Amino acid sequence: MRLFAVIGWIGRAATDVVALAGRAGAFVWSILRSLTDVRTWVPLAAVQVRRIGVDSVPVALFIAVFTGIVLALQSSYTFTGVVPLYFVGVLVAKSVMLELGPVLTGLVLAGRVGANIAAEVGTMRVTEQIDALEMLAYDPVSYLVVPRVVAGVVTFPIVTALALVAGIGAGWLTSINLLDLSSQEFVRGVRMFYQPFDLRYPLIKAASFGFVVTAVGALYGYGTSRGAEGVGIAATRAVVTGAMLILVLDAFWAIVLL
Amino acid sequence: MIRLSGVTKAFGSNVVLRDLDLEVPTGRTVAVLGRSGSGKSVLLKHVARLLRPDSGSVTVGDLEISAADEARVKRARISMGYVFQFAALFDSMTLGENVALPLRRAGVGRTEAGERVAEVLETVGLAGLQAKYPAELSGGMRKRAGIARAVVARPRYLLYDEPTTGLDPVTTSVIDELILRLKREVDATGIVVTHDIQSAFRVADRVALLHDGRVRAEGTPDEFRASEEPLVRAFVEGRQDLWPEER
Repeated sequence: MRLFAVIGWIGRAATDVVALAGRAGAFVWSILRSLTDVRTWVPLAAVQVRRIGVDSVPVALFIAVFTGIVLALQSSYTFTGVVPLYFVGVLVAKSVMLELGPVLTGLVLAGRVGANIAAEVGTMRVTEQIDALEMLAYDPVSYLVVPRVVAGVVTFPIVTALALVAGIGAGWLTSINLLDLSSQEFVRGVRMFYQPFDLRYPLIKAASFGFVVTAVGALYGYGTSRGAEGVGIAATRAVVTGAMLILVLDAFWAIVLL
Repeated sequence: MIRLSGVTKAFGSNVVLRDLDLEVPTGRTVAVLGRSGSGKSVLLKHVARLLRPDSGSVTVGDLEISAADEARVKRARISMGYVFQFAALFDSMTLGENVALPLRRAGVGRTEAGERVAEVLETVGLAGLQAKYPAELSGGMRKRAGIARAVVARPRYLLYDEPTTGLDPVTTSVIDELILRLKREVDATGIVVTHDIQSAFRVADRVALLHDGRVRAEGTPDEFRASEEPLVRAFVEGRQDLWPEER
């Protein structure tokens, strides 16, 4: 009997995953289709650029600064007596640009932006505001989802670029003030293995994270039911799923592009 | 004319509407009564194609809306006004912006839209409150604002979902008067979903009682008052002993 229960549980879980994948696929298709409805979403996108992008800058910079500080100190601790200290610049720049900058920024924004979108759209769903939009002959996807997704895809790379500058800047300031390293040595390390692709790579990742975080938030918000409890569940799922997909995408881009 | 023919709708194993038939002649208002959870709002959402039936058909005017493509549904919705149970005003917009939305969608210019919004807000007793946000309004004011948004574009079909639920008797009376006045002025075909029987008798030409997913009794308000049908008596008099068990 226990075996049958386990098989039943696996079957139900598999069915749920397939159903969610189907819903997600249909939702992404509806987003792509609604991109043509520019008269509806373009006027609303500017507000979302401010809320998703500009308002996220302080928290992204905060994370980046402390990441830069810790990276400089940890790499100095690891390299001292083994590797020339200007390699601190190499490690700080490469780590911040290729991995920690975009991924940490993405994870923080998955919490901030993903939860916000899921809660806002979810509240609109349970208070029938989405039904009201439909009754007013607006396409809710064009009106609510597309402006947020476009804003996410556009602003995540910009916020990430600022985080890269802040992270490397913090690493530099830490190196020249707390380590036995000059500016010239740090910059030498930064430039040592630098390639222009190092800058394109995090921005490509950030754009994909922007899409995933905003689309997942909207997907869970759009499917919300059962009042306030449902809104809370949608927000939690949006954050967890968004964070997991960021890590999956991170590995995907590493396999495909590196 | 609005017609529902053989409409069945289930959510999982819960069958909400069973082979339901209902017709609302042009220019008339039918009140749909029933206990909470009897499927009244589900019925109304089928008329607006916010839900689709599992079987059966819904026709609004000449259009079988339950089977129409999205573009035709969108056009049909422009001729409808829907008053939501909790008004469903957009929190991020002012009252004026909320009420102006149907006009903006119809391409009405800003100046004319502003004039019509002021006019309809005066009709519902909210004159001069265009700049207020929904959070700054009381429940009754929000309901009236929801009605203003539904009627501002002068739709041919008006769908009211519990327009007086949770309101005090005076505000209920104000809203009933408003529905009657709009019916006279706009000459719309309407469905009022409610469990407030006195309100239904005041605003409707005919009354239908929904039970177990079907219309179990239908007639004019006077016929309803005089009915000896146990189900109708149970509902009108609020007698639990006469009310049959839910299926």
